[in-house]
Amino acid sequence: MKHKKNILAVSVFTAVLILAVVIGYKNLSYNWQWYRVAPYFFSFENGRFVAGVLLQGVWITFKISAISLVLALVTGMVSAFARLSPYVSLRVLAWCYVETIRNTPLLIQIFVIYFVISPVLDLSAFTSAVIALSLFEGAYSSEIIRSGIINIPKGQFEAAQSIGLPVFATYYKVVVPQMLRQTLPMLAGQSVSLIKDSALVSTISIYDLTMQGQKIVSETFLTFEIWFAVALCYLSITATLSFIIRRIETRMRFVS
Amino acid sequence: MFNMKKVLTAVGLILLMPLALCLAGETGDRLSKESVIEKIQKDKVIRVGMSTFVPWAMKDKQGKLVGFEIDVARQLAKDMGVDVEFVPTAWSGIIPALMTGKFDVIIGGMGITAERNLKVNFTTPYDYSGMSMVAHRKKAEGFSTLDDFNTDAVNIAVRMGTTAEQAARKFFPHASLRLFENESQALQELNLGRVHAVVSSAPMPVFHALKYPDKLFVPLEENFTKEPIGFAIRKGDPDAVNFFNNWIINQHASGFLKEKKAFWFESRDWEDLVK
Repeated sequence: MKHKKNILAVSVFTAVLILAVVIGYKNLSYNWQWYRVAPYFFSFENGRFVAGVLLQGVWITFKISAISLVLALVTGMVSAFARLSPYVSLRVLAWCYVETIRNTPLLIQIFVIYFVISPVLDLSAFTSAVIALSLFEGAYSSEIIRSGIINIPKGQFEAAQSIGLPVFATYYKVVVPQMLRQTLPMLAGQSVSLIKDSALVSTISIYDLTMQGQKIVSETFLTFEIWFAVALCYLSITATLSFIIRRIETRMRFVS
Repeated sequence: MFNMKKVLTAVGLILLMPLALCLAGETGDRLSKESVIEKIQKDKVIRVGMSTFVPWAMKDKQGKLVGFEIDVARQLAKDMGVDVEFVPTAWSGIIPALMTGKFDVIIGGMGITAERNLKVNFTTPYDYSGMSMVAHRKKAEGFSTLDDFNTDAVNIAVRMGTTAEQAARKFFPHASLRLFENESQALQELNLGRVHAVVSSAPMPVFHALKYPDKLFVPLEENFTKEPIGFAIRKGDPDAVNFFNNWIINQHASGFLKEKKAFWFESRDWEDLVK
């Protein structure tokens, strides 16, 4: 009975949603030209495959996200351990970093790093973007990782100590694997956020997916078609990532 | 024997004739009723889409909008006997905003181009502008022709979605473009010496070079394009095109446009307003 109700609710909701979209689509005094979108993904010149600008944008977005993800995890780890360290100065430093980053908009951080800090160090736009994204997502990962470590039972540390494991090995072999297993779903969510947040690097003229989209729109005014296509690209990247992480999660479950 | 099918078709067509005539008459009426001109008079306000461009439209010290474009829109509203409401919009999204009815007309120094014209209708030009450049003294040392900037080593910053972007693509196909949402970011990039030049509609580049004479210079004496500027309105509205066109023709004839252009583009008397 309950099951049937759920199905009914879901189908009603979906129907209303589809109806709203269709009505909006029809009422918008806008001339849809979907046929013009395909060449921006790829085309064939003399039988050779040529990647369109949107695919190039996907590649740049992927590159920025991948590098930032690794750096964000490293930053997050370091900062989490700093917040749990016995040294007050380290704890305060890490706390300041996390709170500053988490309580200011990413857009402003990107601007500050690109227009204020990077001229001093002579960094490229790409480097500035990677630094900004890594610091931003690192601060969030730091909190996730810290909570994961706090949640590991004290007995685990004591057991490791009693069999005489050195500190590094304790963390490497006992703490970190358990922490990862607990926090993986949250870290996955964070990495999806990172990919979406990377859209903001278009503001400092990096030719990522969003920037390429903006560029095509400003040249052709295929506004809605291109933005829908760009949204689909993001969706496919994040969906793939989520799928991979879910596979890793199930793997880890069997190891335990 | 005569063909039954043909007879029936003929009869049907004859019966449909008055209906078709009615519809034809209706179309003209309906178009007029649906015209944005009608809507403006009903609402007693004309909503104008624009974006900040010195000296077309900018904020003065009190935060009020001033500029060439603003004067034109205010005069237009006065002649129509309605109030004017300015809707500041990001330049890269201004055409979609017009198409989806966020405002009635774009009066924002918009150059008439074929690509834009496929999506919106333009009035007859009320102004002509041209592209000009401001370059970095150190990075672009000795550059004095268009060809000097057309090499792989050159970076040029422009505002996204402007005719400046198109001009830069056309005249400097070898240079790499850095696109920004705002003029100020593009100029910041130039001041930091990360790009060789900024391309933008005259007279802004010259003004900017005058502000930082030790860092920047104007490499070309003349503007390197000439482009017509028109109001943009939604497609399928002949009444609006007719009304605005005739208003513009009148303002050319009365000297209003010429006088405003002289004040905003050839003099610097307005600088005290914004500083």
